[in-house]
Amino acid sequence: MTNLEIYNNAFKEAFEVDEAQLAGLEYQGIAAWDSVGHMNLIALLEDAFDIMMDTDDIIDLSSYEKGKEIMAKYEKNI
Amino acid sequence: MDFYNDIERYGSRIAVITDSGKSYSYKELAEAADASAVAVPPRSLVFLVCENCFESIAAYIGFLRKRAVPVLVNPKIDDEMKSVLLEKYRPQYIFCPSGWIKCDDSVFRLNDHVLIATENAELHPMDAELAVMITTSGSTGSPKLVMQSYKNISSNAGSIAEYLEIRSDDRAITTMPMSYTYGLSIIQSHLLMGAAVIATEKTLMDKGFWSLMKEQGATTFGGVPYIYEMLKRLRFGRMDIPSLRYITQAGGKLSRELALEFSEICRDKGIKLIVMYGQTEATARMAYLPWEYAFSKAGSMGIPIPGGRMRLIGDDGAEITQPDIVGELIYEGENVTLGYALSWSDLANGDSRNGILYTGDMAKRDADGFYTIVGRKKRFLKLFGNRVNLDEAEAMLNKEGYKCVCAGRDDLMKIYIEQCDAAASKNATEYISGRLGLHHSAFKTIAIDTIPRSESGKVMYSKLEELYG
Repeated sequence: MTNLEIYNNAFKEAFEVDEAQLAGLEYQGIAAWDSVGHMNLIALLEDAFDIMMDTDDIIDLSSYEKGKEIMAKYEKNI
Repeated sequence: MDFYNDIERYGSRIAVITDSGKSYSYKELAEAADASAVAVPPRSLVFLVCENCFESIAAYIGFLRKRAVPVLVNPKIDDEMKSVLLEKYRPQYIFCPSGWIKCDDSVFRLNDHVLIATENAELHPMDAELAVMITTSGSTGSPKLVMQSYKNISSNAGSIAEYLEIRSDDRAITTMPMSYTYGLSIIQSHLLMGAAVIATEKTLMDKGFWSLMKEQGATTFGGVPYIYEMLKRLRFGRMDIPSLRYITQAGGKLSRELALEFSEICRDKGIKLIVMYGQTEATARMAYLPWEYAFSKAGSMGIPIPGGRMRLIGDDGAEITQPDIVGELIYEGENVTLGYALSWSDLANGDSRNGILYTGDMAKRDADGFYTIVGRKKRFLKLFGNRVNLDEAEAMLNKEGYKCVCAGRDDLMKIYIEQCDAAASKNATEYISGRLGLHHSAFKTIAIDTIPRSESGKVMYSKLEELYG
């Protein structure tokens, strides 16, 4: 799997959304991406990429696109 | 003294700080409270659709002062629940964020909130002691409401302020809905002491929550187990928030592992961690673990709150006096609520419990007098701090046509569905998640061949776990 596939799968699993819904997806933009959903997303990303994110990055990850920038900090280029 | 009639005595002290950093004094709070209730006659029933904001707190205080009875409603309930509640309780007024319900003109406006008179002009017969009504344990899935008296709310706020040693310079930041009894109790007990409430709808996963906490110097917050999971994920141990003085935990049992971890983190940071126990049926709190014991008694929920008494009853109905023996936990105190209402016609019922609550929790007491919850008498789970009855959840799903039964553990309800495909599984999760107003990740569907039953037709829940996990 490519990094993009891993990244997308985390979103799809956390929020039960389709690939087509990912672009532009934002925190609190859909019911499933609330604080509980956010925590699930972070857990899935950390497990899938085997990383430990910093607090600031966890609360900065406010959109699908922003998350890609943040993953780059952990040397996961998407 | 109570937290609503006597707030003027705190005058220019800050009562509420909003998301945007605006602060309101106790004098301003009292004025906005009374203005919100001017048009509302005493003993009216009012739906208070509340968020953690100045307007909701002011209206709540105003209705209590006027002796009108608010029903605290979470704005996020679905349309079906909204109409069921309105039909069952026929409130005379609704106070809500404008736009929550379609309405052409309002009786009163407080910033972006409105007071609306409904078509139900006639007052319901009502018990004189009835003060406020709360949806059962925060769950929005049932129109069953807990009826709390004036004595209940004053007594419990007083006990909480006493054992937490709340000071007038404390600043509590909100982390849970105001319509949820734990969230409400934090607001009430801080207003009682002349402390400030930082009212925000932002969650722990919002950057803005943490900046608000730091900028406004929050000294305390509370959390259900799930919030502690989030704190762990956010590396709370590595955060530097010097203003924090104490934090509380309730709304379900923290795993012993998490309790130990947080007791160590808090000890290192000089923050008092106070684990507590309660139910909406007891207004909010029944027991607390004094912070000095957070580590040595991790996993225990402590001792009764000031003014409360606890005992354990065995299967034979006799009181258990020996340590470390499990029995049903019985609580007595002024905070034991009047009872339940299923519709407006129950509002005159009065006190059905006489100060005694059968908690439905199974507990044991150690030789030092500390209680530990070990299980539950009835089939319910706590999902993100909300008590959900498994039989009721099953009934809801069965009514929708799913042949299924429900089991699981706290924060994960398992729905075992007969002959279930992927689409049905997704639909069932979406339905129950919407109905209960809880995130879908709290539910897991499992496809099964047939529901295992005993010869007498009873569902064998233990067999389910064995066969299907």
